[in-house]
Amino acid sequence: MSATAKVWALHLALLAALYAAQFLLPPYYATNLARIMVLAVFAIGYNLAFGYTGLLSLGHALFFAAGMYGMGLPGYLLEWTALPSLITGLVAGGAVAAAVGLLALRTTGVSFMIVTLMFAQAGYLTILYLAPYTGGDEGFVIEAAGRSIAGLDLALDGHRYTFALLLFAVALLICLSLVRSRFGRTMVAMRENEDRSRMLGYNPFTIKLTALTISGLYAGASGAAYAILFGYVGASFATIQYSILPMLYVLLGGAGTVIGPFLGAALMFTLIEATSGLTSAYLFLVGAALVALVLFAPKGILGTIRERWVRWLP
Amino acid sequence: MTLRTSLYTPTRRGLLKAGAAGLAVAAMPGFVGAQAAPIKVGFQLHRTGIGASYGRWYERTAQAALKLINDGGGINGRPVEIVFEDDATDPKRGSEVVEKLTVQAGCDVVMGTLFSHVVIGSAPRAGELKVPYLVCSEGYHVASGMLNRWTLQPGITDVRSQIASMAPWVSANLGKKVSMIFPDFAFGHDHRDFFTAAMAAQGGEVIAQIAIPPTETSFTRYFPQIPAETEVLYHVMVGPAVLTFVKELGEFYGSGAKPAMFGFIDSLEAVDTATPGLEFLEGSYFWEAHNRVKPADAGEHEAAYRAAVGVDDNGASVSDAADVSTYSHMFSTWETLFFLKAAMEASAYTGPADRQKLVEAMEAMSDMPYGIERPQGAKLFNGRTHQVFGTQNISQVQGGKLMRVHQTSMADGAYEDAVDYTATSF
Repeated sequence: MSATAKVWALHLALLAALYAAQFLLPPYYATNLARIMVLAVFAIGYNLAFGYTGLLSLGHALFFAAGMYGMGLPGYLLEWTALPSLITGLVAGGAVAAAVGLLALRTTGVSFMIVTLMFAQAGYLTILYLAPYTGGDEGFVIEAAGRSIAGLDLALDGHRYTFALLLFAVALLICLSLVRSRFGRTMVAMRENEDRSRMLGYNPFTIKLTALTISGLYAGASGAAYAILFGYVGASFATIQYSILPMLYVLLGGAGTVIGPFLGAALMFTLIEATSGLTSAYLFLVGAALVALVLFAPKGILGTIRERWVRWLP
Repeated sequence: MTLRTSLYTPTRRGLLKAGAAGLAVAAMPGFVGAQAAPIKVGFQLHRTGIGASYGRWYERTAQAALKLINDGGGINGRPVEIVFEDDATDPKRGSEVVEKLTVQAGCDVVMGTLFSHVVIGSAPRAGELKVPYLVCSEGYHVASGMLNRWTLQPGITDVRSQIASMAPWVSANLGKKVSMIFPDFAFGHDHRDFFTAAMAAQGGEVIAQIAIPPTETSFTRYFPQIPAETEVLYHVMVGPAVLTFVKELGEFYGSGAKPAMFGFIDSLEAVDTATPGLEFLEGSYFWEAHNRVKPADAGEHEAAYRAAVGVDDNGASVSDAADVSTYSHMFSTWETLFFLKAAMEASAYTGPADRQKLVEAMEAMSDMPYGIERPQGAKLFNGRTHQVFGTQNISQVQGGKLMRVHQTSMADGAYEDAVDYTATSF
């Protein structure tokens, strides 16, 4: 089997397994898997910016929140239906990322990280400041009518799972195609040696802006999906915690790997689930696990597997 | 190899002994109850995150109420068990916790916690799972109609009622011209909007509304905005910056004339009012739902409640005087558990299939007298809005301690219904 065939077989097998999981898992785990898939979309987007293009951002909470509020506010304020609201959320994530990128990409490295963090913090405070429209720190609930598309009630467990899986599948396959495309290689070139890429005639600013915008679209899609699937929009999703989470998912699963973000999100979610029942100091255990990861597998789980055994892993 | 079998042949004497033993067991309902499957109450707890100090005391109070209920025979002859799970004071995790408690732990009902954003983020999932979600949040989000038929707040009054009931006494005793200083987020906005309206209804006036951005760590530059004609300074700052706020306010006024000061104890829950740096609060007034310092004329059940939870007469832990309780909020978990007990008994609750019947029984409840079940005071539950109403207290800091000077009537905190949940579907 060629490497390409192996790659597609692996990713399609993952999707098939996720499809089957809804019938095999108890309802509690199936709903959690739906959550993980939506968060994995966020992490896949983060990985495109960080893992492939080398853009270490601390502003992705802003893009996630843009998607969430972009989806929630049209229904909350203007009584839009779910589908146009959902599209608005997706576009909002990309548009905000593009706007932030236009300014923040004038910087690199640590400066880029700080500038994106500042934009995210400004976004969070804006949500609080505009409380009459956004619900402030308390947020707001999305009414049942705003969670139904073409007669499908996404508050129902089966529909929610299917929607999350569809979103994840589209996100995963687009990511796979992208990173294996010519543009995907230029993204990696930005990460590896920006100066040499410039010398070869590429425009780093354009490539990085495009990558960040695509990343923002992923974050927006994830935020919008989270809002419609779980019925709540709130400012806590715009805090720095939600910039760090996708980074941790990516680092855990393997930066620069297509499936790594999903694996990282699933492991982190499971780790919190499992340890929170054992001890009230579960965050300490999560932290210890991350420290162990940095010490023993700094390239993340799939990154280490690729380096040692499965070289064809994208 | 010989297989030996032993057949048991009951004798008449043996049968009589077994029958006597069976009758003896049947005559001991407590013992039978202990053998029955427990009623499981899930508890979404702020064990970590910004609400951790509340969570610690919510857990202690709920455990004390649980012991009392089980010592009295449980609910419907069944023991009660509480399953606590940390929500990290985060709405995303809160929603997951509601699901974990309901689906995985198999809890009959779920109790919610204090911070409004966690409750609002969790209520949709409770509604989808069709599990009664009894919150101890004091937010106006339940009675406003924002949530759903499965979410109720039976153990603590909401912030709108609390604020509105303060206005008559403030207006009559402290002054008519009020300046407000509040944090510029939803909690502060509730105070701004409800108190401004309540003062206007009393013939008073809020002459300045000074919003402090949530990231602010120093407040001195805001104080010159307080108009000189201010008679009452209403402040509701919360979080770790409160000490700085009070200290800087003291420096601003110095030993000169100052307006009367009125605040909400939310600013100082779990904080000793005699803490160095808070001296400027001496003589000022605070809202308290439940008096931290035991009043001389406290009700007959106050002592038993404090003893059960492990709180001394100053509102601190009996084992550590520096561990000050969240006394004006934590009673809500106690009262909610007893509310649940009454509703389960009224609806003859047997299991999750009776959840809808249970909510309907809760909605049918109204007058709830003072007693050990409600140590904070008598309550009136409004089944249409799913919100309970009660009395409030105003205390003055005297010698570093909060001493009660006034108790409101239930009518002071009444307002018109904004929703009728009983007309909505399950």
